[in-house]
Amino acid sequence: MRSLIDILDFSVEEINELIDTANDIIAHPDAYADCCKRKKIATLFFEPSTRTRLSFEAAMLELGGSVLGFSEAQSSSAAKGESISDTAKTISCYADIIAMRHPKEGAPLVAARAASIPVINAGDGGHNHPTQTLADLLTISREKGEIKNFTIGFCGDLKFGRTVHSLISALSRYEGIRVVLISPEELKLPGYIKTDVLEKKGIPYTQTTDLEAVMPELDVLYMTRVQRERFFNEEDYLRLKDSYILTPQKLLGAKRDLSIMHPLPRVNEISVAIDEDPRACYFKQVLNGKYIRMALILKLLKEAGRL
Amino acid sequence: MNIDSITNGFVIDHIPAGSGMRLYELLGLDSLDCSIALIKNVGSRKMGKKDIIKIDADIAINFDIIGYVSPEVTVNIIRDGVLVEKKSIALPKTLTGVIRCKNPRCITSCEQELEHEFKLTDPERHVYRCIYCETKASYEG
Repeated sequence: MRSLIDILDFSVEEINELIDTANDIIAHPDAYADCCKRKKIATLFFEPSTRTRLSFEAAMLELGGSVLGFSEAQSSSAAKGESISDTAKTISCYADIIAMRHPKEGAPLVAARAASIPVINAGDGGHNHPTQTLADLLTISREKGEIKNFTIGFCGDLKFGRTVHSLISALSRYEGIRVVLISPEELKLPGYIKTDVLEKKGIPYTQTTDLEAVMPELDVLYMTRVQRERFFNEEDYLRLKDSYILTPQKLLGAKRDLSIMHPLPRVNEISVAIDEDPRACYFKQVLNGKYIRMALILKLLKEAGRL
Repeated sequence: MNIDSITNGFVIDHIPAGSGMRLYELLGLDSLDCSIALIKNVGSRKMGKKDIIKIDADIAINFDIIGYVSPEVTVNIIRDGVLVEKKSIALPKTLTGVIRCKNPRCITSCEQELEHEFKLTDPERHVYRCIYCETKASYEG
């Protein structure tokens, strides 16, 4: 049974097909309105999430299907001590596809091995979040015309940011990508991602602590939040936090066709004043997330012989 | 020091010095009641020093465990006092139920009866990662 647990489960060709389908859905939404009639998605969210759960639910509803599930572990059998495997086997009897978020890393893989229907990883702790990466790739593709030959700057918390790690892995399979890593020393990209992904794939990259200095080089700027709890002491946090807040002033040297992305939620790392800037793409990313999830649901249901 | 030759069983040779006890534990040899010799720091022209394990019983051996500890190890299979096979060991592609994931955020820390499973991600550096959370295996497992 085909599932999506890690972005690398799909080949570049398959991701490109998903992007094509998503673009077709955007262009002809009515043609897809009844594709999943009488099909159900189970959204099993063992920890709270607003965007991702509602995005999956909106995606299935727009395909003409329906939704069942829960949005916190306390309202599931997990509260009684049921295993992930048993939950997955049980839900397989009720639904056609599962989207699962779980605080434990690897939980969706356990579910996928036990279920008789496709499982989509909707985030497993700090590990993987492949549908966010698909949303990011669709956004880059739509903004830049194609996923090749551009410089992308990742800014903020590059140490713990799972969306950054997944997107770097995904982009490492495309041509002409150059990466600029912008973060405080405390939150630099883990060494194994540099050696196992960037260096192994021959992706040129530079590291810096100065966002404004590299701004003119960037075609895409992927912002993340620098969280107070990641610092050992308050002093360091206070010293650094403003360096990684994007303001109109910091964009003065930026390219006119820069694409500013953010996986959201935003707290204060992008000034609200930038929302009106045509280069801001983060709310388009949210919308693209719904369309790429529609494409993904269609693909997995078709491969499972359920459409 | 004299260790009797064995009749039916295995001689696990060329174990890197210091790894013999670890291999002994991983293979579960402490639970067997047959004759077993763990010989440490034996002189070796090839390795300088090595460990050797002799098992005087025809037991089921998990060769993946041996390959994980060291793919340089050789296993001599003895039948009726005669060496019948000298087996080279490859680095296993997966390890199931051998070592444990130590990441407390991994699903293996709470899902009942879930076997800990690792895959070889870097053969050159002998790196194994948990299939669930991708945490690197520590040799002490």
